[in-house]
Amino acid sequence: MTTQVAEANTPINPVEPFLRMDRMPHIWCPGCGIGTTVNCFARALTSSGYDLDKVAIVSGIGCTGRVAGYLNLDSFHTTHGRAIPFATGLKLANPELKVVVYSGDGDLIAIGGNHLIHAARRNIDITVVCVNNMLYGMTGGQVGPATPNTAIASTAPYGAFEQPFNLPFLADSCGAVYVARWTSYHVRQMTRAMREAMAKPGFSFIEIVAPCPTLYQRRNRLGDGLDAMKYYKQRSTRKDGASTRDVDIDFQGDIVVGKFIDRERPTFLQAMNHRFTERLGSRYTPYPTGLED
Amino acid sequence: MTVDPKGVLTGHHYLDGDHACCEGALAAGCRFAAGYPITPSTEVVERISARFPMIGGVFIQMEDELASSIAVLGAAWAGKKSMTVTSGPGFSLMMEHIGLAAMTETPVVFVNVQRGGPSTGLPTLPGQADMMQARWGSHGDYEIIALCPNSPQECFDLTIEAFNLSEKYRVPVMFMMDECVGHMTERVIIPKPEELHVVDRKFTSRPPGEYLPYKVYDGWVPEMVKAGDGYRFHITGLTHNEVGYPAMNWQAQEKLVRRLIDKIRKNADEIAMYEEADTEDADVVVLSYGITSRVAMRGVEMARAQGAKVGTLRLIVVWPMPETKIREIAGKVKAIVVPEMNYGQVALEVERLAGGRTQTVLVPHGGGTVHDPEAIARAILEVSR
Ligand SMILES: Cc1ncc(C[n+]2csc(CCOP(=O)(O)OP(=O)(O)O)c2C)c(N)n1
Ligand code: SF4
Ligand SMILES: [Mg+2]
Repeated sequence: MTTQVAEANTPINPVEPFLRMDRMPHIWCPGCGIGTTVNCFARALTSSGYDLDKVAIVSGIGCTGRVAGYLNLDSFHTTHGRAIPFATGLKLANPELKVVVYSGDGDLIAIGGNHLIHAARRNIDITVVCVNNMLYGMTGGQVGPATPNTAIASTAPYGAFEQPFNLPFLADSCGAVYVARWTSYHVRQMTRAMREAMAKPGFSFIEIVAPCPTLYQRRNRLGDGLDAMKYYKQRSTRKDGASTRDVDIDFQGDIVVGKFIDRERPTFLQAMNHRFTERLGSRYTPYPTGLED
Repeated sequence: MTVDPKGVLTGHHYLDGDHACCEGALAAGCRFAAGYPITPSTEVVERISARFPMIGGVFIQMEDELASSIAVLGAAWAGKKSMTVTSGPGFSLMMEHIGLAAMTETPVVFVNVQRGGPSTGLPTLPGQADMMQARWGSHGDYEIIALCPNSPQECFDLTIEAFNLSEKYRVPVMFMMDECVGHMTERVIIPKPEELHVVDRKFTSRPPGEYLPYKVYDGWVPEMVKAGDGYRFHITGLTHNEVGYPAMNWQAQEKLVRRLIDKIRKNADEIAMYEEADTEDADVVVLSYGITSRVAMRGVEMARAQGAKVGTLRLIVVWPMPETKIREIAGKVKAIVVPEMNYGQVALEVERLAGGRTQTVLVPHGGGTVHDPEAIARAILEVSR
């Protein structure tokens, strides 16, 4: 992630065309993992060859929620937790668009959890990138639905004690057709996963474990962003196809990464066309699904 | 102005207000709707779910009203006219997205078939107690437009008008029905497509690079774009500048929020729709809206039979208020009588506008049934003495 506008005669960074350079510098702290994921996302877009005029990005609210505002795409910064239903309306109203939701663990799993599970169930054809920094960054590091026991957070000063969600298991059990997890250390794998997820028809979900040095690392005395990278490197194991049931993350424990789910299921619009055609016959003109060749 | 004839069910029908509202939306060109079941509004989306497949629209029943109220904003930014439908408790859940629609200037229609409240209240019985919520329910300062139909025919006609106003002013429009109007069946005449007045979205004709999403090139309202057309625009609920980028300072706030308010307030006389009768030599004017306006007519007749000189002013657009008209009436009558199914909402605004020049008399009713016309007649007679 570039933190400064490129000087006039420095060679431009290959991801610059994907960013709103007129909005730099961004708001993220030094060592924050969110920027790394954005860099990977920009590279995934480059190599995917999509017409970028047809790619839209939707964020909720949070540090990760600011991603939409930095990408040089049609971009929507919505309300806390509601990026997925906004994206649902956007996609269903114009299925030609490739729609990506990019937001944080609090946004997507806590306040927006209901929307996540239903969009996955319906198989809405969108890609959800969830940056899991294991707390609420934007508001100062409160405990969240992905905070492992017994990490310290500003509203869990004696350590978290609620059972956290295992995100891939949640997405899998709700019907997502593509589920992967990587960390911000795994830049190449993450980029490829983003490309695959966007190409996959239906509801795809990628969890990216990324550090919040300012709040999570510091409060838990885990060092800085670099220390987080060392932890991810040492404790991550790749297990493609692993049962999502088994991929919980304990405090500073092992992190199972990889592509867990890749399956086929009719999307919402395909299922809708199928039902209406079956029932209404020639009275029904199939609605575009965005998946026609 | 282009009317898609597929959405227009031309002819004479017997429809209830909920169904007529659905037909109005279809005729106005609404092609995306999202909702969550709630009495007494559900019939609107039931009919939409049956009708949309025949005309190329998409209906989705979302997981709650937070979801449906933002799905319609997503659809609007994809270029579709869109609507969501609810009643009291669901309306409460939609507040955050009424604010988002106001802030991002997204044209969209929110239908609220009002029932008795607060809370779960009286699910199957009428109320008019969400009028202030429609206006002020989301946080922050903003303006919306609210319409109140008093018959199934108006549920059809004014739903089209609600869409037209939302496009013209790029504002969320509240279509404030009530359980009586929603569930009463009457004749509804749907004209031919070419007889309808439908306002199209004003998309910019400026090419990308020469267009700023929140710059007002002309009048009060910026030109719109939709996703997928190469503008690479940014939309945010944060205070934003003309580019659409967040701008965290009081100057940007003043410029943006002032315009959001002024574009409605300064055009209130143009937006105003009301029915005025017999006010010329009246001692008392009865001001009402929605179903209560029909009950009030009976009260007016009873008072006239006893010699009272009564005029009527029925608000069709309730927000913004027709301030000039109300001030004018306040200057020449002994009292303005306001019956409404709440304990004083619109009446307070009338009182403010009357500014002490005349008496404002509220005839309150908690909802659950309509007013007793005699209560209205009594109030009229008392003040005309
Ligand atoms: C309805 C509502 N409630 C609360 C907030 C305050 N808020 C802003 S961001 C945030 C949490 C964000 O956490 P997460 O999604 O994990 O994003 P991060 O900042 O960690 O990237 C909260 C609670 C809000 N903006 N809206
Ligand atoms: S507070 Fe944490 S998540 Fe937010 S920008 Fe800083 S490091 Fe990143
Ligand atoms: Mg977070």
